[in-house]
Amino acid sequence: MGYEERNSIKRLFTLHLPVLVITLFAIGPYIWSFITSISPPGGMRVQAGEAIRYFPESPTIFNYVRLFDRINFLQNLVDSMVVATFAMLFGLSLSLTASFSFSRFRFPGRKYFMLQFLVINMFPVVLLLIPLFWIMGRMGITDTYLALVLAYATFTIPFSTWMMTSFFNAIPKSLDEQAQIDGCNRFQAMIRIVIPIAMPGIVATGIYIFITAWNEFVFASVLTGRSVQTIPVALQRMVGQHEIAWELLTAGSVVSALPVIILFFFIQKRLISGMTAGAIKS
Amino acid sequence: MKSRSQAVLPVLKGKKESRLIERGGSENADMSNQHYKRKRDLYPYSLLSPALIGATLIILVPMLFALGLSFMNYVLYRPQDHAFVALQNYRRALGDEIFWLSVRNTFIWVIGVIALQVLLGFITALFLNRRFWWRGIARSLILIPWVTPSVITALMWRFMLDGNTGVINDLLVRLGFLNEYVPWLARSSSALPSVMIALMWQGFPFFSVMILAGLQAIPQELYEVAEVDGAKVHQKFYRITLPLVMPILLTAVLLRTIWVANSLDIIFIMTGGGPGYSTYTLPLYSYIRAYSGLDFGYASTLAVYLTIILVMLIAAYVIRVMRTEDLH
Repeated sequence: MGYEERNSIKRLFTLHLPVLVITLFAIGPYIWSFITSISPPGGMRVQAGEAIRYFPESPTIFNYVRLFDRINFLQNLVDSMVVATFAMLFGLSLSLTASFSFSRFRFPGRKYFMLQFLVINMFPVVLLLIPLFWIMGRMGITDTYLALVLAYATFTIPFSTWMMTSFFNAIPKSLDEQAQIDGCNRFQAMIRIVIPIAMPGIVATGIYIFITAWNEFVFASVLTGRSVQTIPVALQRMVGQHEIAWELLTAGSVVSALPVIILFFFIQKRLISGMTAGAIKS
Repeated sequence: MKSRSQAVLPVLKGKKESRLIERGGSENADMSNQHYKRKRDLYPYSLLSPALIGATLIILVPMLFALGLSFMNYVLYRPQDHAFVALQNYRRALGDEIFWLSVRNTFIWVIGVIALQVLLGFITALFLNRRFWWRGIARSLILIPWVTPSVITALMWRFMLDGNTGVINDLLVRLGFLNEYVPWLARSSSALPSVMIALMWQGFPFFSVMILAGLQAIPQELYEVAEVDGAKVHQKFYRITLPLVMPILLTAVLLRTIWVANSLDIIFIMTGGGPGYSTYTLPLYSYIRAYSGLDFGYASTLAVYLTIILVMLIAAYVIRVMRTEDLH
């Protein structure tokens, strides 16, 4: 056996195989969910006590059809989409100017405000849950899109602000100074010069807010649930008391996880750079 | 140590650069600095105010509100009994067995989950820091659990751990580790560890990302010098890798500890706190008191107790951030 060959066998066992095992651990639940979702109802095993089938004899899209047909999953998708989109737009517009302020100005209280933004959503969600439910109930906006949009846009402000501050910091200040010499005021310099350059970072931050809103369960379960029902709540309610239609549930999981996974791959690099930069809450 | 951690914090680099520019001393910069100074008063605050007002109204005010509720007897469906009761709820908790069980479980939960996540995250980062042809794909795929909604994480693991149709039982029986199927989530001895595995799955990518960022910032020359000196693999790990990754690892651990201590959705969906009270944690107990008991007063008190526990961690985190990141 040559050195090269021995070396590659060593690499197989000390590198490729362990990484493969970890990767399989990471995506295994999805693989299994997908296989289950294309099995006929009750088809994971033919009889009780029999070993589980690792692939259905006749794969079917029946569960996906039923999901949209019977369970009204389309409405849940729409609800999630509306909530996440508006939370993203609203959250971005709130945190955009804040991060510009943190990045471009040195003012008394700046440090205090940045820390406040860092700390504010480390406090328990259960602490917020009850008063928000109570206050929004009084305002008559529970069970509306507005309730969730307000909540998500606000909860994501701290991370969004820190992330965008780091993106703004990467843009040389001399650029907006030059723009001001050329006759822009400070607001115009931000709109015309800094924001266009920072656009990729802003988009990444927006997608981050979208994903957070899309995934959230606890607040959605308390603040909404009847006329507005986002996917996480809908999925949780599909779990019956006694019997669980796993084929249907896994189909629902695959459908709802896919958009965020795809979106996430677009922003992966920027999100990670923003995160390791500030090392702040995910 | 300090400069080390700064190297992995690009924010700082950006800030340093902009400060250099500020001090750059060119005529133009001086002029605009004057300009910035003159109008310093309100403009940055006005840019900040929308976010600040939003955060105050939706986060700060409700928090104070919850603090107020914690001193009240406030069961939603018994309005005639609503009253200020001072510390009664706090005393009630101290005599409440479920409260103490929840506190104990919270500690087991946090320590166990964080230990598992750090371990797997570190191992993953070490592998992914080496060079091989499919590293890019592996790095991407490993992030998938992290972006998975908690509800789906919980449902998938509940499905896989099921006592009748669970694939984990099937695999363990096939491989000969088990003789018969085990209802993992329905036994009080295995329920909490099972839920911990699910959260480990969802959270370990966070640690591998953070640790990988730390590993990549270690200058290669250090290892080369160590090799010349004849250092063994484990010596290189304990003398170079670990100390240099430690700052970022500590920050990540603090951050994640706070997050895990707060999380309740995965436990709620996987076990609902059961069997019995064996998977009750403090946030879950508070959520259940509020959500199904509508006992807002007591639930708020439980949340305040959780906050008191967390405040120490949050303070430790803030001190770290202030030390490593010069916010001025």
